[in-house]
Amino acid sequence: MSQDPTAIFRQEAQDLFEQLEQALLDLERLPGDQDLINTAFRALHTVKGSGAMFGFDALARFTHHLESAFDGVRNGKTVADPGLIGLTLSAIDHMRALMDLSADQPDPEGEALIARLRGMSETAPPAAAPPEEKTESTYRIRFRLPADALERGINPLLMLDELRALGPCRTVALTGRVPPLEALPPGALFLDWDVMLTTTAPRAAIDDVFIFVFDDMELQVERLADPAAAPRLGEILVERGDVAPEAVAEALTRQQPLGSLLRDSGAVSGDSLKSALNEQTHLRQAAPGRQGGGGNDSIRIQAQHLDELIDRVGQLVIAQARLKQLAASEGHGLFKPVAEEIERLANELRDTTMGIRMVPIGSLFGRFRRLVRDLSEELDKDIALTTTGEETELDKTVIERLNDPLVHLVRNALDHGIESPQQRLAAGKPRQGRVQLSAVHSGAQVLITIKDDGRGLDLAAIRARAEENGLIQPGARLSDQELYLCIFQPGFSTARAVSSLSGRGVGMDVVKRAIEALRGLVEVASTPGHGTEITLRLPLTLAIIDGLLIRVGRGRYIIPLAAVEECMELSHADDLRSKGRSFLNLRGDLVPFLRLRDLFACPLPADPFQKVVIVSSGEQRVGLVVDQVIGDHQTVIKSLSRLHADVESFSGATILGDGSVALILDVPHLVEAGQRHDALATAS
Amino acid sequence: MSIVTAITAPLEVLTLSLQGETFALDAGIVHEILDWVPITEVPNARPFVGGLLNVRGKVVPFADLRVSFGMERPERTQDTRIVVIEVNLAGEPTLVGILAERVFEVTTLLPTALEEPPPIGMRWNPDFIRAIGKRGDDFIIVLAIDRVFAAQDAAPRV
Repeated sequence: MSQDPTAIFRQEAQDLFEQLEQALLDLERLPGDQDLINTAFRALHTVKGSGAMFGFDALARFTHHLESAFDGVRNGKTVADPGLIGLTLSAIDHMRALMDLSADQPDPEGEALIARLRGMSETAPPAAAPPEEKTESTYRIRFRLPADALERGINPLLMLDELRALGPCRTVALTGRVPPLEALPPGALFLDWDVMLTTTAPRAAIDDVFIFVFDDMELQVERLADPAAAPRLGEILVERGDVAPEAVAEALTRQQPLGSLLRDSGAVSGDSLKSALNEQTHLRQAAPGRQGGGGNDSIRIQAQHLDELIDRVGQLVIAQARLKQLAASEGHGLFKPVAEEIERLANELRDTTMGIRMVPIGSLFGRFRRLVRDLSEELDKDIALTTTGEETELDKTVIERLNDPLVHLVRNALDHGIESPQQRLAAGKPRQGRVQLSAVHSGAQVLITIKDDGRGLDLAAIRARAEENGLIQPGARLSDQELYLCIFQPGFSTARAVSSLSGRGVGMDVVKRAIEALRGLVEVASTPGHGTEITLRLPLTLAIIDGLLIRVGRGRYIIPLAAVEECMELSHADDLRSKGRSFLNLRGDLVPFLRLRDLFACPLPADPFQKVVIVSSGEQRVGLVVDQVIGDHQTVIKSLSRLHADVESFSGATILGDGSVALILDVPHLVEAGQRHDALATAS
Repeated sequence: MSIVTAITAPLEVLTLSLQGETFALDAGIVHEILDWVPITEVPNARPFVGGLLNVRGKVVPFADLRVSFGMERPERTQDTRIVVIEVNLAGEPTLVGILAERVFEVTTLLPTALEEPPPIGMRWNPDFIRAIGKRGDDFIIVLAIDRVFAAQDAAPRV
């Protein structure tokens, strides 16, 4: 694991900037919240210290000034008012830019920001409440860096300096591992350090010192219960692992235990002694748990490694499907249980691995708070963003690719949806507009909703614009839903004025394409005067799905099982009748159907008993006529290359048990095709 | 316009045959040569990339260069092979299986034996040809394979 440490820093710094941003935005609502101030301060401090350590000097210098300004907030001299928070937010943007600036380049923007920060922290009135007193704790820290630390630009002296900055410190370097001079590789690091630190800073501040080398190093941090009660020599030695407990115990057996001395002298009863010993044991057992509790039990891995793991698991699932097929056909009594065992393990492994990819959507939602804050200012509107369902988990790739479409939708809601405060008051609505982002699980899908309480979509304007653009025939009878979907057509915009944010007619079609690329769907609901609600339906994962294997002619295809409603036989009557009209009477509902063999230009004659698979996408249903329904199939999704980007009926491919490739049907696309077919039939 | 980078060093190539012509591919991009495996037909795909195949657990598009060169496409014979190569598609290295009616050998072409393709007088798009080599009385056409594929890129250009 020899990653470039500056790359690690860049990644960590991005996280820290985000953390900082969140803390500041929260602080705006809860000014004076000491925990938030500390979080922000700690993030600043870490950026500064680690930035300097990895040679981001311009960043470190700027952050230092920001930290000093923020120190006033921490010790209650300055109030974190919206002005200061706004300025600090701009400073964070500047820090992002500084990541790529070398130390000797001039930084006039930074100078200006610092000057404004200074001015603000000096003139601001002192806060009323004095800062809380913090209790001191003493920690015993032992750390060992990897031997190549120096070569990788990690400077242990800076770490020791940072620890010293936290409070009074006693440091001992341990030379036990240093080899004799002739065997000492130059540049390699063999020293360990023991540090006794007394500080008011939380345990996390100590971890932060080591944050960039955390994965490669050995670090023990123990909080000493009460520094006043100095432990006995034997305890210190044993706790540090320098002496085996047995050796101490052996030495101690020569002493009479305190308990028996007391009991023998009649000062304590046997029972109270037993109870005291019991308590002592309990405390000893509880201690390690507490000491370990402060550590971070998550690790950071490169996305590429995770992708490789998923790929391997995918291959295993495919190989397992082949094994299952073989076991079924061999009929060997001993073979089958093993194959079943492996199937179970492969499925569990798949689920666990997919679980690793799932991340809560909160990280994505968080970014919008800043966007909404900045845009409201720019638009001169008062808008509050609320989020729900942050804990809803989605595949990492889906979350990454959701960012751009969500930005478009939120911008649109702010710009077009929410009215100006004057208009709102005139319409009898509260002055403050509301935008809500929410996420919720629904079967194998996640629904993400962007809801505003603005003016709603103007159906007449949409119709006029769609007719003008030739998207619909003048006077065509369309449902509201169909009209709403027009806004997702390329080049469509009803905005009268083009603002810098939106209104250029690019955006909504990008949203639709991006969501479809994720095998998702967009739905729109709107009430004039009351707001608009846009729902994105997304699959949980992009890697492995449950599929239904079907056959058309010689070709085998996968239909995502989540989209399948039912399978049935195509009755002879329906089959004949469908020459003219392709509708199926499904318990009173007319469902259009598509013959896949026609769609795929299959030259072979159809099987005598055709089957229909009813699939749905959103509210709409369509029947797909196939030759045979083969059964369930664990489908590892492989995307198609650019060379097949023009083929619309398929969203990907997979490998079947026998090693051949099967295509995965793109259900939303097929349903759309079916509905078009339906519309054509109705029109004629 | 064909922009030909002059070949100055000896070039190691894999030679193969399509409709009686000998083509050469830079050996560095060749991953493996497969006996015929079943190709999954992609309905409604263009004939150039009419199928998909499984190469060691990866789904790889199957391309027929004979389409690019306007050649006849007879049924496969026992000599037909699939050459798995890595091409650069809009900056993305992409594995592709291409059909070879016959695979000859890996050989070295010396720069002295290579000439630039003549700008006129050719049946084929000169962009697709990096150089023309001579071996005895035969010509070997060194393919500019990335350009052959770029001409077939189906994704919208950004």
